[in-house]
Amino acid sequence: MDEFYFLMDEEIASKIEAELNRLKDESNSKAVFLLDKNGQTISCSKDTEGYDKTSLGALIAGNVAATGGLAKLLGEKEFSILFHEGENEHIHINLINQKFILVVIFDESTSLGLVRLRVKKAINNLIPLFKTINNKKKSNESKPIFEDITEEDIERLFQGE
Amino acid sequence: MSFINYSTKEINCKIVYYGPGLCGKTTNLQYIYSKTDPKMRGKMISLTTEIERTLFFDFMPLSLGTIKGFKLRFHLYTVPGQIFYDASRKLILKGADGVVFVADSQVDRMDANLDSFDNLKDNLAEHGYNLDIIPLVLQYNKRDLPNIIPVSELEKALNYRKVPSFEAIAVKGVGVFDTLKAIVKEIIFKLKS
Repeated sequence: MDEFYFLMDEEIASKIEAELNRLKDESNSKAVFLLDKNGQTISCSKDTEGYDKTSLGALIAGNVAATGGLAKLLGEKEFSILFHEGENEHIHINLINQKFILVVIFDESTSLGLVRLRVKKAINNLIPLFKTINNKKKSNESKPIFEDITEEDIERLFQGE
Repeated sequence: MSFINYSTKEINCKIVYYGPGLCGKTTNLQYIYSKTDPKMRGKMISLTTEIERTLFFDFMPLSLGTIKGFKLRFHLYTVPGQIFYDASRKLILKGADGVVFVADSQVDRMDANLDSFDNLKDNLAEHGYNLDIIPLVLQYNKRDLPNIIPVSELEKALNYRKVPSFEAIAVKGVGVFDTLKAIVKEIIFKLKS
């Protein structure tokens, strides 16, 4: 409940983004996203402006959660890979460390085999980077943001509702 | 679980609307969606059955502007209220920063309210959350209908924590934004403490 992620600095964010771009290029896919398990977008590759990332994130997280529920029913720890095949576009979803979701959207210009191969390599490169995203109890670092927030600040958010 | 992204200066929080079937959870989101500037909200996603009952969840992202230089975003979810969908409810509660419990004020729905409230407690506990601590707001919906329970009784039955509670007619928007504002406040003050 009180856990936070901190993307501590621009450097880590850009390293993650570079890795997603590399995966996109090497797998010849259309878009790559990194989400957390709640569906929040952590990072994405280039050329993703046309995608509704928020909706994608929520639906993919729901998808992963529902599949996780199924896995438990069958006595499995998890189903770490999901694949949805469409007529023209396909989605490859990979759960990493039970915390992050790597999403690759691709079409007929590449193959599932190549995507899988490149995803594996990308995951190996991403895991060390995840260690720098702290997932920990609220620390003092969050306090400067919140400590002097007043009721008036919150009221102002709702002006013109 | 709040998501604080220092590189993009964004804070994302998750609010879950919980309550028995047909109590008005989806109606709350629909009203918020209809009254919010399109620039401040994303698409509303409803995963429903053929008869428009929530099957998995409703989802709506809402931007509330900037606070201390950070863009504040709330992801609003509803759970399916029908007893049958407990497994889905459990999944949707995961990562919640705050809960709005929507109670149906009609006399004959009191048992359903109590069952759903107990179910909320159990499902939170399964994720390691505690109903005594998590930011919580109560909404007593359908106050415009005949044969409703007095607020004092609803308070006695549900509000053991003395959290903010609101009378509502969600279908007309009465109490909807008061409820939302209150849960946002509860979450932010929880982050602050």
